[in-house]
Amino acid sequence: MKKILLLIGVITLAAVTNAQDKYFTKTGKITFDATAPKSPENIDAVNKNSTCVLDAKSGEIQFSVLMKGFEFDRALMMEHFNENYVESDKFPKTVFKGQVVNNESINYSKEGTYPAKVKGKLTMHGETKDLDADGKLIVKAGRVTVSADFAVVFAEYKITIPQLVADKVSKTAKISVDCSLEPLKK
Amino acid sequence: MLILCLCSQTVRAQEKDLLDLVDDGKPKKEIVKNAFKSIRVINGHSMEFLAPGTMDFRILHRFGQLNQGSKNFFGLDQASMRLGFDFGVLQNLMVGVGRSTFKKEIDAYVKYAPIRQSTGYRSFPFTVAFVGGMTMNTMDFPDPTAKNYFSSRLAYYGQAIIGRKFSEGLSLQLAPTLVHNNLVPLSTQPNDVYALGFGGRIKASKRMAFTWDYFYVANGIEKGVNYNPLSVGVDIETGGHVFQLHVSNATGMNERAFITETTSSWEKIDIRFGFNLSRIFQIKKHKR
Repeated sequence: MKKILLLIGVITLAAVTNAQDKYFTKTGKITFDATAPKSPENIDAVNKNSTCVLDAKSGEIQFSVLMKGFEFDRALMMEHFNENYVESDKFPKTVFKGQVVNNESINYSKEGTYPAKVKGKLTMHGETKDLDADGKLIVKAGRVTVSADFAVVFAEYKITIPQLVADKVSKTAKISVDCSLEPLKK
Repeated sequence: MLILCLCSQTVRAQEKDLLDLVDDGKPKKEIVKNAFKSIRVINGHSMEFLAPGTMDFRILHRFGQLNQGSKNFFGLDQASMRLGFDFGVLQNLMVGVGRSTFKKEIDAYVKYAPIRQSTGYRSFPFTVAFVGGMTMNTMDFPDPTAKNYFSSRLAYYGQAIIGRKFSEGLSLQLAPTLVHNNLVPLSTQPNDVYALGFGGRIKASKRMAFTWDYFYVANGIEKGVNYNPLSVGVDIETGGHVFQLHVSNATGMNERAFITETTSSWEKIDIRFGFNLSRIFQIKKHKR
């Protein structure tokens, strides 16, 4: 009986420690801006339903973003984005799988703002490319906020910007990530 | 051995996709969009809807007959036009008004889709939409001394659209239509005309598509007087505009006109060049 109780105790404990290891969100905010310098209109969009999971123990971090979830000011821009540029029916998701390089220097049990370096692979429009980004992790009230800014070059992901719209749509997109993660309970 | 087992277990757990941990695995219901580039196949309504808060400003031109030859620049010397304003109200509801040169006719319609083609959870294979519209001829009555009724100016139409985007490249639709003319020019002509529309699109590239739009008119066709309208063309999308270039035997640009009053025939190459120009404006800012 004692042994069983002990076993249950160990399992529960393991489960609890496990739960604190991982953080996640399904309502992460990712914005992009691809406005060309002299464009009369802003080419930008926000996705407020990005999924992000962080394993604090190993420093692994992964994002998944539904391309159709990007909202634009103008419906036509959204249609063109999905139909002509990222081809959302063919490639519905953009996924990033990476690693917080300096994970050891981050104390997830102590509140604070920690600079973070992330290295990994971004898969978008069927193309996978290496991606490095500098950002920060903010530990506060049991949550971890991930924020980062970086740029992607459309051509690297085989997304072509026709000459006709080159004065409006830039060749690179500035991406900013702002996700507030909560502990993942199993 | 046991330790080894446990270790390998942990290692495997480490390699596991983190995203799988939070994936609920249920594909969400998603409406299939962009079966057609525009809200009209060419002449007839398409299964497509405008996004809520947008306005489609449409300029339609139909030129003279191609077989007039070079003297009339293959028909381009003459043009008949329609200006139209279409508004997206809800995802599946839109309204529109237009005015045509031909018979100085004003037309208006409401288009609603109770069912739309979708994928994922509770998906449905095709779109069903209904269109109700009316037209009003605003020309002077030919005989002002006769007893003329306002209702004589009016005609109505009702249409169902059953359409499916089979793939990125192919969309097809059927459109059974009833046109009711309050006044017909000849006593032999029926007031109620039944027609069945066949519309389709084959996408050639991301920004170009081949389209066709045919109406089989079941009654009221008199050989030598009127014909089934057939239009074939290409849709070209350039940033903010959609150009629909086509050739057709129809001059009319509303349902009453092109279904009941197409007076020329493909057989004699009595066809015309025409274009629809569509420009979509965002009139209500999308909140995000």
